[in-house]
Amino acid sequence: MAEESKPPVPPLPDGEKKPAAEVVPPAQTTSAANAVEKPAAAAPPAAADKPVAPPAAAAPPKPAAPAKPAGPVPMPWTSPMVEKYRHQYGSGLEAQSYLGQNYFSVDRSLIPNFLKLLRDEEQFDYCVDITAVHYPKREKQFEVIWILYSFARNERVRVKTQIVDGESVASAVPLWATANWLEREVYDMFGIKFDGHPDLKRILLPDGWKGFPLRKDYGILQQDQEWVQINLGIESGQ
Amino acid sequence: MTAETKNATNALSNLDLETPEKPYLDSNELIINMGPQHPATHGVLRVILKLDGEKVLGTECVIGYLHRGVEKIAENRTYTMFNPYVDRMDYVAAVSNGLGYCQAVEKLLNVEAPPRANYIRVILTELNRIASHQLWLGTHALDIGAMTPLFYTFRDREEILKIFEKYCGARLTTHAFRIGGCQYETYAGFEREVKEFVAFVKPKIDEYEELLTTNRIWLERTKNVGVISAEDAIALGVTGPVLRASGVKWDIRKALPYANYSEFDFEIPIGENGDTYDRYLVRMAEMRQSLRIIEQAVERIPEGPIMAKVPKVIKPAAGEIYHSIEAPKGELGYFIVSDGSTQPYRLRVRPPSFVNLQALDIMVRGLLVADVVAVIGTLDIVLGEVDR
Repeated sequence: MAEESKPPVPPLPDGEKKPAAEVVPPAQTTSAANAVEKPAAAAPPAAADKPVAPPAAAAPPKPAAPAKPAGPVPMPWTSPMVEKYRHQYGSGLEAQSYLGQNYFSVDRSLIPNFLKLLRDEEQFDYCVDITAVHYPKREKQFEVIWILYSFARNERVRVKTQIVDGESVASAVPLWATANWLEREVYDMFGIKFDGHPDLKRILLPDGWKGFPLRKDYGILQQDQEWVQINLGIESGQ
Repeated sequence: MTAETKNATNALSNLDLETPEKPYLDSNELIINMGPQHPATHGVLRVILKLDGEKVLGTECVIGYLHRGVEKIAENRTYTMFNPYVDRMDYVAAVSNGLGYCQAVEKLLNVEAPPRANYIRVILTELNRIASHQLWLGTHALDIGAMTPLFYTFRDREEILKIFEKYCGARLTTHAFRIGGCQYETYAGFEREVKEFVAFVKPKIDEYEELLTTNRIWLERTKNVGVISAEDAIALGVTGPVLRASGVKWDIRKALPYANYSEFDFEIPIGENGDTYDRYLVRMAEMRQSLRIIEQAVERIPEGPIMAKVPKVIKPAAGEIYHSIEAPKGELGYFIVSDGSTQPYRLRVRPPSFVNLQALDIMVRGLLVADVVAVIGTLDIVLGEVDR
């Protein structure tokens, strides 16, 4: 996980949408968005220049020329709290900041302890949200994210960890009661199991439903046809 | 003939009314379903109630009847195309939903809406907060048995919807804002009409209060009903007026100001007991505070552009962002992961109604069945947002 987050660009979601991204530029040129096009049009020459003088132009043009397209990058996040935990956990924990928002990337095994520390020692007493993201091309397919807030510090922080398909994560219900439904929704949508959850079952979809809709391999029109036919008595939900 | 009577007597004997082990009135727990089709659940919410006579021993919410897969749809639409969808979550506060979404994408793009756009946004969002609270008050009072407030609040909410309609053509699912600002300039007479509305609705709020605040039936039905302590509320992630009525002075508009809320002078009303009555008082006070914000905003609204410079095709750099606003119902958050393409790689909505509804169970334990209706009302949930 540490190796994956090292590149300056934030965890790059894989292929999936590349075709769409490639289709867009021609569409742009045909549209009337000429003013908008200029920075993008300026970028390709810069890219073409690169092979000519690779050592000189390799690093400097990146922040200078494509100021907008390149966008912000995650910065290391330093604070007394971060130092303390970095010391304690070493390479299992990474602290970064993107557009002013701070987050920890934590090894899965450290999660239960780390969340408990954040709640008890750092006063992150409000669990705002728990969610997940599916990256099918990665070895560790799922990223589980906890968004925490501290009333005392007036500070919000995200904690995330990566897990392999089929792996479970420790439930946060003993720490924050609100995690109950939030974890059920993550289970419902992604099929991620939470160890120690009091009643881990589907919440938005019917109990007998098969499949986990927010996984990337689940199509937008896809349904559990069998369930639809048995329970609704119609051929298809579409 | 004879066969029928025989069957009837057989059926009677099967009931075993006489046997002493099974008295006719037993003390078994009773499980009943409230909803999904029930007028007091404000949509299609099914609550399974475990009852001992009239007393509620426990509840379980069954939700998802309105699940449309909003988050999945987002992954298959461009950032611009998804904008109208957010109106359909909390459909009584569509303007707030739109503000949260547009600001989240703006944050991801690292752009800011121009000052004039922010003023327009604040005015419309606060008007929407009043409209949402009015609708809540009318239906909540109706659930409890007071019918008059419904007509009063709907009559006055209409004026807000008229302003929305004149501004953007829609009354409910407004799609009022665009990523980067507002699409529409205000119409001629907008400021005047907003001022007129403020002057019009101020005495009306007093009127609602006259009907309810000291009404003996209202007090009986709401005082000490559905109490939730501040600790429980925080542990359950409850936000918005429900949290504030428990005495936690926390409002995202003050704590983590967005748009230009830091420029306005307003209070955060809080309650003490965390009961249904306090939540009522908090929301009434919030309407007055919203009017204060609108008054200041409409006085100071500057001239200038209403759209920031955003590309026609929105392609945020790869990265992720969480942004939340104080919607009428609580913290409405958007967590967006971009992969650098024109569509969100993942878009998560943190809905206030969904999280607040989870508190229903501890709020109604030990109360009577009729109070469940009052507590569902006081949580101010919209099922379109719970189920998404």
